[in-house]
Amino acid sequence: MLGLEKRDTLLLIVVACLVTFAPILLNPFPADSSMAQFNAGYPDLMQRFVIFGIFAIGFNILFGLTGYLSFGHAAFLGVGSYSAVWMMKLLTMNVIPAIALSVIVAGLFSVLIGYVSLRRSGIYFSILTLAFAQMSFNLAYSVLTPITNGETGLQITLNDPRILDGAGAPSYPNLFGAQMNEATTLFFGGWSFTFSVGYYLCAVIMLISFYLAIRIFRSPFGMMLRAVKSNQQRMNYTGLNTKPYTLAAFVISGMYAGLAGGLLASMDPLAGAERMQWTASGEVVLMTILGGAGTLIGPVLGAGFIKYFENIFSKINKATLEGWFAFMPDGIEEFFVAIIYPFVGKGWHLTLGLLFMMVVIFLPGGLVEGGQRIGKMFRRRDRKSSDAELSAAQQRQVPPAE
Amino acid sequence: MDAILLQLLNGLDKGSAYALIALGLTLIFGTLGVVNFAHGAIFMIGSFCAVTLSKIFALSHKAAEPSGKDFLGNPKYDDVLYITEWFGEDIGNWMIDWSVPLAILFAIPIMLLIGYIMERGLIKHFYKRPHADQILVTFGLAIVLQEVIKYFYGANPIPTASPEALRGSFDFGVLIGFEPNAIIYPVWRLVYFAFSALIIGAVFAFLQFTTFGMVVRAGMADRETVGLLGINIDKRFTIMFGIAAAVAGLAGVMYAPINSPNYHMGMDFLVLSFVVVVVGGMGSLPGAVLAGFLLGIVESFASMNEIKAIIPGIDQIIIYVVAIVILLTRPRGLMGRKGVMEE
Repeated sequence: MLGLEKRDTLLLIVVACLVTFAPILLNPFPADSSMAQFNAGYPDLMQRFVIFGIFAIGFNILFGLTGYLSFGHAAFLGVGSYSAVWMMKLLTMNVIPAIALSVIVAGLFSVLIGYVSLRRSGIYFSILTLAFAQMSFNLAYSVLTPITNGETGLQITLNDPRILDGAGAPSYPNLFGAQMNEATTLFFGGWSFTFSVGYYLCAVIMLISFYLAIRIFRSPFGMMLRAVKSNQQRMNYTGLNTKPYTLAAFVISGMYAGLAGGLLASMDPLAGAERMQWTASGEVVLMTILGGAGTLIGPVLGAGFIKYFENIFSKINKATLEGWFAFMPDGIEEFFVAIIYPFVGKGWHLTLGLLFMMVVIFLPGGLVEGGQRIGKMFRRRDRKSSDAELSAAQQRQVPPAE
Repeated sequence: MDAILLQLLNGLDKGSAYALIALGLTLIFGTLGVVNFAHGAIFMIGSFCAVTLSKIFALSHKAAEPSGKDFLGNPKYDDVLYITEWFGEDIGNWMIDWSVPLAILFAIPIMLLIGYIMERGLIKHFYKRPHADQILVTFGLAIVLQEVIKYFYGANPIPTASPEALRGSFDFGVLIGFEPNAIIYPVWRLVYFAFSALIIGAVFAFLQFTTFGMVVRAGMADRETVGLLGINIDKRFTIMFGIAAAVAGLAGVMYAPINSPNYHMGMDFLVLSFVVVVVGGMGSLPGAVLAGFLLGIVESFASMNEIKAIIPGIDQIIIYVVAIVILLTRPRGLMGRKGVMEE
């Protein structure tokens, strides 16, 4: 289907189903139960799942396939956000031109940066991209204030021109009239499910970009990128110029980042310089590695994982913890709360850092490799496992990236 | 002329910090071949050593004041610092005043230990892994260290004062024949510069004039041969890692009065010192020092108002621009050795 192999089609369908039913799947606990804080099915968070999924998918096309570790991808995200907000200020509140412009601008910007940075490889490439991103961040904060509005961040205002919008046009980002923050809530027993326009727009775009990523992974172009990763020198000696390939990969991933930035701005019309800071670039690296670099589904998993725990973990405070351990005797309760407290709430980044180190040390292939290992253990223990499980495990097995 | 000289001096203290951190980074890279993203966090921990020592000195307990009762007739209590009690009033107060320089003594063993634990516990397992993995795991470690410090010391910068005698500023211009008040320079920054020059000199002397240093240099040139000669080069490299950590830590201790320590200062410096290392040439110790001072000075010149008037915002990006230009024109950096990290 759609020019994909059977396995990839299955993967795409599974992802499509998951994304479509996410508002239901991510709300497994009734709204008034004590577990309701673990629900992730609210639009704001789900939008971030898919948007950062797009960001990570794009980053993976560069890092997973070619092995070039860029530490400056947040710059493209930031540029995308700024151009989307400008489009909404000047032309129309409709998100289509905004998103289109953010992809184009980020693409042009990445041609520029990629052309220079790709002259070096290895750690030099990382440092160069980092330097460019920090430069853009500093510029956005200081000199470019007329364009970026500096520390305050770029926002839409009532007296923006918006040439294409008529008098009665909605004042919030919309898709031909359907506002991004519109949502319907369904109540079903104790559960409530929210379906929002913005989320489904992001989801559709994410599925399209996921499909494109699969096509890139399976194309001769993708094979070429893998060859660059495994031995660039040999490629050069065979008389092949790898530069256009790596540059194309860089630009594609830059455009993905710009798309993510444009979507972020469309969901919440605001763009700030901190989106370009190098910690933001580090975050997408974390997502990709955590999920599994070089695999198709890994970056999406990683993005969802990090964004979920960022939201949920940082919400747990001391009172919540005391509630959980209330059944224990006093002294032991305090002991447990004292032990766990540094890792949740504001300390979420500590957990993230530890987790990330663990993954790099023990599980270089990320969550996907973890899944494969568990699958293998399962098969070894039970040789006559059913065919369904086998095919499920195979479907997860993506050709090794090296 | 005096303005140029002033900017030159201004560049020196920042340049000293860059040079010290970059020196440590290069030591680690040159010996162990590891790209250490946690080095900025070590610098930050050094700064917090200074904070910790001044907090320790400020520990006190309540003691009944022998003479008085307050107006309700209850015995009056005074906060008595342990340190004045133990060492006497004069020495105690002197130690509190000089807590930052004293923190150097306090920081050296701590930083050596941290470096040793880091190398033996984590980095050791990453020699054979690709550079990307080394970057990633040390990046994770940097996040962890940063968050641990944030947990114990909070997110706000903690002002740490330099000794009172070194707090003022100093009319540098008079010394070299300018009019009074032409070049006023904070004393502590001069101290910082002198201190870092001392440390840099000590590291180079250690490598150049001791047998240990000679073995390390031989190991940097050809690790395998040194190993075949029956020398336990790994052990020496571990010690060098500790020394590199100590250098960064000391840079942090002395930097505390210049810039109030906060938990993310390491990350801020790390990006810049990586740029410094790359500009200087990966694996070249003199290159790192040279590039550190050079970039510090260039940065301070770029922040002159005259230059900012011509190219606005140049002070924010000059270091990166210099780095990009140098990387593209001299890919090996200013003093890079041949064959180091060239793909």
